[in-house]
Amino acid sequence: MKPEEAKNFHRLDAVIIGAGLAGLRAALEIGRNGHEVAVISKVYPTRSHSGAAQGGIAAALANTSDDSIEKHLFDTIKGSDYLADQDIAKFFVEESIKTIYEYEHMGVPFSRTADGLINQRPFGGHSAPRACFAQDITGHVLLHTLYEQCVKHNVLFFSEFQVLSLPIENDICRGAVAWDIRHGGLHIFHAKAVLLATGGYGRAWKVTSNAHANTGDGVAMVLEAGLPLEDMEFVQFHPTGLYKHGILLSEAARGEGAYILNDKGERFMKTYAAEKMELAPRDVVSRAEQTEINEGRGIGGKDYVFLDLRHLGQQKILERLPQIYELALNYLKVDAVKEAVPIQPTAHYSMGGIPANIKTEVIKDAKGTVIRGLYTAGEASCLSLHGGNRLGTNSLQDASTFGRVAGKEISNYISQTLLAPLPKDPLAVASGKISRLQSGDVKERHAVLRDRLQENMTKYLGVFRTEADMVKMRGIILELQDRYKQVRIDDRGTVFNLDLIEALELENLLNFSLVIVEGAIARQESRGAHFRIDFPKRDDGKWLKHTLAWLKDGKVILDHTKSVVIFPEYQPQERKY
Amino acid sequence: MEKTNISATVFRYQPGQDTKHRWQTFKLAVDPEYTILDVLNEIHWHHDGTLAYRRSCRSSICGSCAMKVNGRNVLACETPIHQFGSKLKIEPLPGFEIIKDLVVDLEDFFEKLKRIKPYLIVDQPLPDHEFRQSPAELEQIGESTLCILCAACTSSCPSLWANADYLGPAALLKAYRFVFDSRDDGTDDRLDIINDRNGIWRCHTIFNCMEACPKKIKITEYLSRLKVKVVEKSI
Repeated sequence: MKPEEAKNFHRLDAVIIGAGLAGLRAALEIGRNGHEVAVISKVYPTRSHSGAAQGGIAAALANTSDDSIEKHLFDTIKGSDYLADQDIAKFFVEESIKTIYEYEHMGVPFSRTADGLINQRPFGGHSAPRACFAQDITGHVLLHTLYEQCVKHNVLFFSEFQVLSLPIENDICRGAVAWDIRHGGLHIFHAKAVLLATGGYGRAWKVTSNAHANTGDGVAMVLEAGLPLEDMEFVQFHPTGLYKHGILLSEAARGEGAYILNDKGERFMKTYAAEKMELAPRDVVSRAEQTEINEGRGIGGKDYVFLDLRHLGQQKILERLPQIYELALNYLKVDAVKEAVPIQPTAHYSMGGIPANIKTEVIKDAKGTVIRGLYTAGEASCLSLHGGNRLGTNSLQDASTFGRVAGKEISNYISQTLLAPLPKDPLAVASGKISRLQSGDVKERHAVLRDRLQENMTKYLGVFRTEADMVKMRGIILELQDRYKQVRIDDRGTVFNLDLIEALELENLLNFSLVIVEGAIARQESRGAHFRIDFPKRDDGKWLKHTLAWLKDGKVILDHTKSVVIFPEYQPQERKY
Repeated sequence: MEKTNISATVFRYQPGQDTKHRWQTFKLAVDPEYTILDVLNEIHWHHDGTLAYRRSCRSSICGSCAMKVNGRNVLACETPIHQFGSKLKIEPLPGFEIIKDLVVDLEDFFEKLKRIKPYLIVDQPLPDHEFRQSPAELEQIGESTLCILCAACTSSCPSLWANADYLGPAALLKAYRFVFDSRDDGTDDRLDIINDRNGIWRCHTIFNCMEACPKKIKITEYLSRLKVKVVEKSI
């Protein structure tokens, strides 16, 4: 039977994979332009993890104090520890103000100044109050607003579908193959263009702020398609994860004036970033916390410190930070008005991802050769805007702005191009994986393997890294990849088979984790969120360049020839806060 | 850490195998700080992989894991087991078709949301910058924008149990969110839509929705303000 004859066959102009801010913003653009676009998402769109972002979205509106896009640009470059591509960063800050006004016109309920303007608050590493916010539910209201606009413009949704492979041939992407979680069964989406907006890869760690869904499926599919990933070793650890749970407590708390304290009650940031204190960038604050903990000054000598909001007062806490208050109360039984909140660094944001150019086209090598019809935006992508470390509030802006760019570029592309035929047997890869997991006895359980991966990634590939630890980690991943061959699942049904989805996700986690660890071992310097105890200095002579990594026959191939775009006026300097 | 012994009785329905639902009890030794979601993960990962449930963010914001625990609609991720003692009874949200185990069919829930035109409608020309909106104007809708569409409210509503065509509190709260937004020009349209035999008048101020809402939104109060708007329009 030809694929076109299959029951579950869809022919569309464009397919968007992922329903967070990047995916929905792109879909909205394409839908408004009158093209047939479908969003495929493993969860209902309003469940996407963009909604968990709390503190704000950056743009130099200058509504509450002087600001400029030049300052935003410099802060972003410095925050990246000079690994950001500066042409990307420049374009980003120039577009970001428009993005905010668009959102406001779509109905986003931004918090307001007394004059009725969008209010702005300070955030780490930004030299002006630049975070536009809605209390501490900014990501939630942006996500819901974009979903509403997609409803208005009749965007088609395939919710609860897990994308499993990308039919790519001769450097042209021809669609996507997905599993219908709700009903079971594989679907072919034959399209001129595909956007990978699948989010980050933080579920490889045990202590993480990421949702269960954030298993880096898009980055893993790109690897499987024989394409490279970029700068995967750069993973941001957020300094204020709720102790033990890893759940995010927004940087907005510090933006509003909260302190971080050690066991002696000291605001220890004075030792590490005397000027910016708690509002230093996240990599700096997380390292400071981990140092305090490692040197025995965690609370009661344990592995956490305190986030102290008490001096802000009940009114400010409940008005500006209500979600943080509720989270601390519900999860740790801590009343943040009266008590300090236990926190620890938590795996949070993936600076690395799928390499793409300024038009969001996916590229396959250091020269920038484009895979036609394949695009990426948001946390899944690496353009590279954030370099070695992302500033808070730049991620919502990144996903939104480059989501719009992707929507425009895809709209142009599909108007000018014919649908490329599908390769022979596009279902083969996906159906092979599923039938293997459902045949024979359960010799290994995916959950057991995943626990071992996550525990050890937190232990060996965290805020501080050494070659010895990372070599151990590599050995563990190789062992787990071998054991994965024996994984079978309990659930042999087709309808809402969570067992199946989690087993498929584990393969993704293992594959990109190997790329992370190899990239981190190779990069013998400390830059942004990648800190090597054995190479504690940034080494611009050798390492002011991006990492590209392929997975071939189970081995990681690294290429360090992709240079960083640096403007004469923003030459690398020592990074101090 | 010292573990605590619990017994979790879980609603099971496996399509294709079960002709009707059944209850299955799991005896577990777990961390006393566990949430309901931790318990479900423990069962699914280490005891019975066939158990199906929805979950994603783990931090009370995505709205995936609303379910009924010991008689109350809650978000599994934010609900600690110590609230309930050692015996748990975990079932799907009432009022919806069951797909499998704790997973219910939400298609109708999202379709009803679409009926009230859930998006800002602007007839006036767009300003170069933002629309001005005072903090007092924002305050009108602030709490309603917290809604995470978890369906706990709609599922708890006796009016909906009695009449499946009723729009339900979540869709009506979304109508409130736009009707009371100072920037919106779609009020007349929306008031006509909800002034229908399956609309706002099926709210009998039972307050179940407010009790069920994990975000503590004063839903019944907002729906009452919508009723006033509808009446004002018709006189």
